[in-house]
Amino acid sequence: MWDYSEKVKEHFFDPKNAGAVENANAIGEVGSISCGDALRLTLRVNESDDVIEDAGFQTFGCGSAIASSSALTEIIKGMTVDDCLKVSNQDIADFLDGLPPEKMHCSVMGREALQAAVANYRGEEWEDDHEEGALICKCFAIDAVMIEDTIRANNLSTVEEVTNYTKAGGGCSSCHEGIEEILESVMAERGEAFNANVKAPVAAPVPTPAAGGMTNLQRIRRIEVVLESMRPTLKADGGDVELVEVAGNTIYVNMIGACSGCQLASATLGGIQQRLMEELGEFIKVVPATQMPQSLKAGG
Amino acid sequence: MSKGIYLDNNATTMVDPKVVDAMLPFFSEQFGNPSSMHSFGNKVGRAIKQARKNIQTLIGAEHDSEIIFTSCGTESDSTAILSALKAQPERKEIITTVVEHPAILTLCDFLEKDGYTVHKLEVDAIGRLDLAKYQSLLSDQVAIVSIMWANNETGTLFPVLEMADMAYKAGVMFHTDAVQAVGKIPVDLQSSKIDMLSISGHKLHAPKGIGVLYLRRGTRFRPLLRGGHQERGRRAGTENAAAIVALGEAAKMAMQFMEHENTYVKGLRDKLEEGILAAVPNSFVTGDPDNRLPNTSNIAFEYIEGEAILMLLNKEGIAASSGSACTSGSLEPSHVMRAMGIPYTAAHGSVRFSFSRYNTEIEVDAVIAAVPKIMAKLRKLSPYWGDNGPVEEPEKAFQPTYA
Repeated sequence: MWDYSEKVKEHFFDPKNAGAVENANAIGEVGSISCGDALRLTLRVNESDDVIEDAGFQTFGCGSAIASSSALTEIIKGMTVDDCLKVSNQDIADFLDGLPPEKMHCSVMGREALQAAVANYRGEEWEDDHEEGALICKCFAIDAVMIEDTIRANNLSTVEEVTNYTKAGGGCSSCHEGIEEILESVMAERGEAFNANVKAPVAAPVPTPAAGGMTNLQRIRRIEVVLESMRPTLKADGGDVELVEVAGNTIYVNMIGACSGCQLASATLGGIQQRLMEELGEFIKVVPATQMPQSLKAGG
Repeated sequence: MSKGIYLDNNATTMVDPKVVDAMLPFFSEQFGNPSSMHSFGNKVGRAIKQARKNIQTLIGAEHDSEIIFTSCGTESDSTAILSALKAQPERKEIITTVVEHPAILTLCDFLEKDGYTVHKLEVDAIGRLDLAKYQSLLSDQVAIVSIMWANNETGTLFPVLEMADMAYKAGVMFHTDAVQAVGKIPVDLQSSKIDMLSISGHKLHAPKGIGVLYLRRGTRFRPLLRGGHQERGRRAGTENAAAIVALGEAAKMAMQFMEHENTYVKGLRDKLEEGILAAVPNSFVTGDPDNRLPNTSNIAFEYIEGEAILMLLNKEGIAASSGSACTSGSLEPSHVMRAMGIPYTAAHGSVRFSFSRYNTEIEVDAVIAAVPKIMAKLRKLSPYWGDNGPVEEPEKAFQPTYA
């Protein structure tokens, strides 16, 4: 059985706002292709101030689909239409104290129903831009479509690269066979054969002149820019990274928030290192600041 | 007995207390290795011999040496199929069905990638096979036919005796995954043409982690595990003595309860089914009700979803299982329900009740009393359901955008 939080059980056993709202003027009807669940969201919006006065749901789905629907209606009641569109599927999951990775699509379905209802209220046509595939990486809830698209867009050819770009396979590693299969079929499209013995191509380490070409300050600024560009991904998981010191080809960073103490911190560091090497065009190492030699620490 | 009403015996069964008693000494004083020359090992060896005899009796095998102990039903299935391919490298085809257990289907999908051709026989709306189609696929290119005896989800029985005859006439090896059938219905292998058969201990009140592969004498065989001389070199690895003894005891008890299973237990199942169908509108039995295991009932409840049903049943202390997508780790809807063409709005809400000899009539009455309220509660939440029944033309009234 799924390991549902108490909050999920509460919203399943005693759902809030079940049933259709009377005189609804915003209706969203969506289904999740991955499991067949479906949801009708009905809202009554005050047309003078755009505030959602009442929300109701009808769900054909599992425990977490019903709980997600209930949570969604609780979250959005009293919000303006503009504000409710800022509610993400992660907000729905957080409201429920989390969902199992296999069940995150239930919260996605909730968000899509909301978008569809708002579009209906505004007289617009809602189009879904989100395609879901079979769940491959259960540690990070990454599906096949996401992996395929990333491999295509970035011309990836190794499992390690897929992990660096999508995080898929960076946890328990039991999905590596599945990732290899996807690599095989996508690489076949571009006329290549997957070879498990090839290591991830390290951006041709231009031997030091790159460093010579940049002043120390320019180099550090460049590093900051790269870290900044990776921040949204880390923040999406509730983490962050900060630059502590650069000593030769070793870059010391602090993993913050959810990243600190995360079992995957080393995989994340590997991803950061990969990006920095590509951007700086030199061989560098990214090391947690906790491993920084005493001599480098300010004030000793 | 634990609290609650356990109606999920096709998933696993309670180890019979007598079986537990029989196996316990083999964790302590009877710890010897059956292969050893001394008396420590000797007694264990004799106990295993007796267990083998009991299983031989349960499945009507001609020789006790046709019983090979394995670690589970899945190992028996893999051993059977891979052995047939290894022993007949010139044959590159396999015949099976679309409704097999993943122990067979996943292996077959994997073998397809290695260049084997897998023919998966389809089923009709109540889960029956087309034997004419089967006949047309049998040829000297086929290495093995693997057909389940009874379906785990619906309990529907396949005509494996007839199909084994047909395979025999075509000169093709025949395997059956009988993990749901053995112990529930009489099996007499010596009068059949079945070459290989898989058993799983925990489906018949023995513990988990023990299985059997029946291998007809003279069937060409290539072991999966090579090593020591255990099981006459056909399955190397030190015997799981305690579990083997337990399975022997469970096999003996299954023989004693065979008639009870097919009268009393079947009666309980029928009573539950009739009670639920009478009390819950828009519900129906899936599979072939006239030709199925005595302990299994699979009922589809339209317009609601199985996992939600199971969670509410569980709250009432009732354990069952579902073919809904959401109850499988993979989120794939039941391949058995899909194969029978059950509409999505019903397949999603299919619930399997599977009995054992430990169930009682009082339990059946309690479940019949609990189920209608649960279905009504969930239907109240369903977009397909109105105040007193399904909305008019449900599939048209609610047409969500699937993404």
